[in-house]
Amino acid sequence: MEEDFKVIDNYLMVKMPEEIDHHKSSYISENADRFILRENVSNVVFDFEDTRFMDSSGIGILMGRYKKISCFGGKVFAINADHRIRRLLMLSGLHKIVEIME
Amino acid sequence: MNNEMKMEFDARSENESFARVAVAAFVSELDPTLEEISDIKTAVSEAVTNAIIHGYDGITDGKVTLYCRLEKDVIHIEVEDTGRGIPDVEQAMEPLFTTKPELNRSGMGFPFMEAFMDDLEVISGPGEGTRVLMKKKIGCTPWIGDGE
Repeated sequence: MEEDFKVIDNYLMVKMPEEIDHHKSSYISENADRFILRENVSNVVFDFEDTRFMDSSGIGILMGRYKKISCFGGKVFAINADHRIRRLLMLSGLHKIVEIME
Repeated sequence: MNNEMKMEFDARSENESFARVAVAAFVSELDPTLEEISDIKTAVSEAVTNAIIHGYDGITDGKVTLYCRLEKDVIHIEVEDTGRGIPDVEQAMEPLFTTKPELNRSGMGFPFMEAFMDDLEVISGPGEGTRVLMKKKIGCTPWIGDGE
């Protein structure tokens, strides 16, 4: 699971699991925070390539990380999000603070 | 077609995926689209997660009851807990409202249930547990109401 977190330059890359729910979310949030602190990265990229299910817990993960890094000028990105995940990001208004990329 | 099922499980987070997959399998005889299955799974996941982390506050020996009924082309879903209950249901249903920001909760649980199902009703009060009742019509048009 450690290999799902990679630091490239100033970016933390997080490979999101197949299913993102409350059960999985604390592991992702805690590890992301550990990397942000330890490696001193300012941006976080969440990669949804493998994700087939997500509920509002996924929104909570992105929102929480945004709160942590935005005050230092960092950005949160979402990549490879399918149309369902995009719809959740839109509905929650997260597309205003998270950059959604192909 | 009429069909119903009921199950009860411990308020443990690993049962969230079990619950949504069970409902997805149950509704499959109505031949839903992938989109509809995805909507239902998200809504069930939200309701069950609420019961576990808010209703029982992480106390895992609480029981969550999941009841589903197929009535013609409508699925009725009820998620019930006997936990602490919600003092102000209207406030709890507001987008982004959460009592647990420290757990990275987004406050989007009820809004997602509302967005993905055709009908949502929440019956709760302090110390009275919570019942979440949802309906969704399977087929292309949204569920309108009785007699439709």
